[in-house]
Amino acid sequence: MNDLLPLKPLPEPNDLTRPFWEACRRHELRIQRCLSCGRLIHYPKIICPYDHGTEFDWVRVSGRGTVYSFVGAYRAFHPGFQPDLPYTIAIVELEEGPHMMTNVMLPPAEVEIGMKVEVAFEDINEQISLPKFRPAGAP
Amino acid sequence: MKGKAIISGIGETEYSRNSGLSDKALQLQAIQRAIADAGLKPQDIDGFIPSAVAPNLYYEDLVENFGIPDLKYTATLHYGGASGTGGLHSATMAVASGVARHVVVMAGRNGVTGSGNISRNLAVTPPKAILDQASRQFEAPFGALVPMQFYGLIARRHMHMYGTTSRQLGAVAVTMRSHAMLNPKALMKKPITLDDHQNSKLLADPFRLLDCCIESDGAAAYVVSAADVARDLPKKAVHVLGIAEGHPPSPYSIATRNDLMVTGATQAGPRAFKMAGLKAQELRAAFLYDPFTFMVIFQLEVLGIIPWGEAAAFVESGGIGLKGKLPVNTHGGLHSQAHSMSGINHLCEAVKQLRGEAGPAQLAQAAPCIVTGFGDFGDSAVALLGT
Repeated sequence: MNDLLPLKPLPEPNDLTRPFWEACRRHELRIQRCLSCGRLIHYPKIICPYDHGTEFDWVRVSGRGTVYSFVGAYRAFHPGFQPDLPYTIAIVELEEGPHMMTNVMLPPAEVEIGMKVEVAFEDINEQISLPKFRPAGAP
Repeated sequence: MKGKAIISGIGETEYSRNSGLSDKALQLQAIQRAIADAGLKPQDIDGFIPSAVAPNLYYEDLVENFGIPDLKYTATLHYGGASGTGGLHSATMAVASGVARHVVVMAGRNGVTGSGNISRNLAVTPPKAILDQASRQFEAPFGALVPMQFYGLIARRHMHMYGTTSRQLGAVAVTMRSHAMLNPKALMKKPITLDDHQNSKLLADPFRLLDCCIESDGAAAYVVSAADVARDLPKKAVHVLGIAEGHPPSPYSIATRNDLMVTGATQAGPRAFKMAGLKAQELRAAFLYDPFTFMVIFQLEVLGIIPWGEAAAFVESGGIGLKGKLPVNTHGGLHSQAHSMSGINHLCEAVKQLRGEAGPAQLAQAAPCIVTGFGDFGDSAVALLGT
C-alpha cells in the first residue's frame, strides 16, 4: 500500500456490527438472524423489523448471490478511491435474501444485472476485511 | 385538511455561485421576501418550519431578527430534499387545526463556498459522521459515498427493467436547460444538445455530468395561511388541494431496500390525489424534484402520471416541454435553475405559474399542478395545487 495516499474510510465496528466485521476478518460472511422469527436482517438492527425480537445470532451464509444493481464509479468523491477508478459499486442480492452494498471486482463495463457472483474478502488491515464479490466460479 | 390552507406568499434570494452571504443571511432574506409577497408583516407570522437543509438557522433566529411576538408552532424537518415541500404538509396541518394562522416554510444555504458542498466536505474531512451511522458503515468503505452513486443504482435498475437509455436521460437535461434559458433567475444559461449530454463526463455510470443538478447559493421560502385570509391577499391565492408525505422502507439505505422501484412517493402520491379528488391525468403541469435527470422519469411513473416503462419515451417525444402534454419544471429545475433550497424553488415556480407571473415560460393553463420533493434517497412529499 502506498503510504502517501489518503486512507479510505473504513468501518468502525461497534457493539451492533462487531460480529459482522469479526466474521469478515475470518473470511466468513455472517448475517444477523432473529432468534424468534428466524429471518435474516441486514444491516444489523437493535430490534428485528419483522417480529420485533431482540435476541439474535449470526448465521454463516453461502456467499453466493446475484447483482441486483450497480454503478460505475468514474470519479472518486474521496481521494482514497482515486487509484481504483473506475470501480464498480453494486447491490448484491444474497442467495439467502438480504441485499448488501459492495464492490464487484470487475471494471463496470464487464458487470451486468443478474450476474452470478460470490464473496471474496479483501484484507485491509489487522482488523478489517471487506466482503467484496467476484464472478461466481472464477479461478 | 382540503380547502383549509393556501400559499399566500413566496420569496427567493438571488441564485448564484458567489453570493458572499452566509447561510443565515440568505435564509432571512428569503423569509423577508416571502412575508412581503403575502402582504403580511413579520409580526403576523406565528409558525415556522425550517428544513434541516437550511443549516444554522433556527426558530430563535426568526424570532430575534423579525421580533416575532408570539410564535405558536415550530418544527424542523429532516427529510433532505423532501423537506421543502414536506413543510407544506406540516404547515397545512398547523393552519387547518387552528394552531397557527401564517406559517413560514424555508430552506436554503450557501451551497458553493459555504456549508452545503457535499463533494468538498467528503474530500477534505474523514467522513466520520457518515461512518457513525450504522448503515453507512456498510457503504462508505466500498466507495459508495454520494447521492449521484446512490440514485445511480435506482436508475440502473430501471434501465434494466424498462430499457431506459442514457439518451432518454439526456432528453430530460436538454428540456430542463431549454426552460432555464427563459428564466432570468436560472443559473445555467448555455443551451445544450443531446450530443453535449452524451459527450459530458461519465461520473457515476449511468450518470454523466449533465445528468446532475447544480450546486448554488440561495434560499427560498413560502408562507402558508389559513384559507379564510385568501380574500385579503394582494395576490391570487394558491390553494392546497392535496398534500402528503411518504417514507420508504429502509429509509437509511437504498442498498437494503428490496425493491428499488418503491419510494416514499409510492405511498404519498395516492394519499395526495385522494385528498384532492384528482386523477393524475388531470394535471396540467408538474414540478418534480430533479437532483438527477432520471428522477423526472422515475417520479412520473411512481406517481402514476405515466405508466411504468413509458415515461422515458414520453420525455423523448417532447411530453415535458413547454408545449408538451405535461410541462415539467418550467423554471429549469434543480438541473439548470438552482439547487440549495430543498426544492422550494419548484414550489415557487408552481405558484408563479398559477398566478400568471411565470414570464416567458408562462403556461396558458397550469392548474391543477403537482409539486414534489424527494430526499434522502426515498423520502417524498407530494403537493397538488390549484387556484
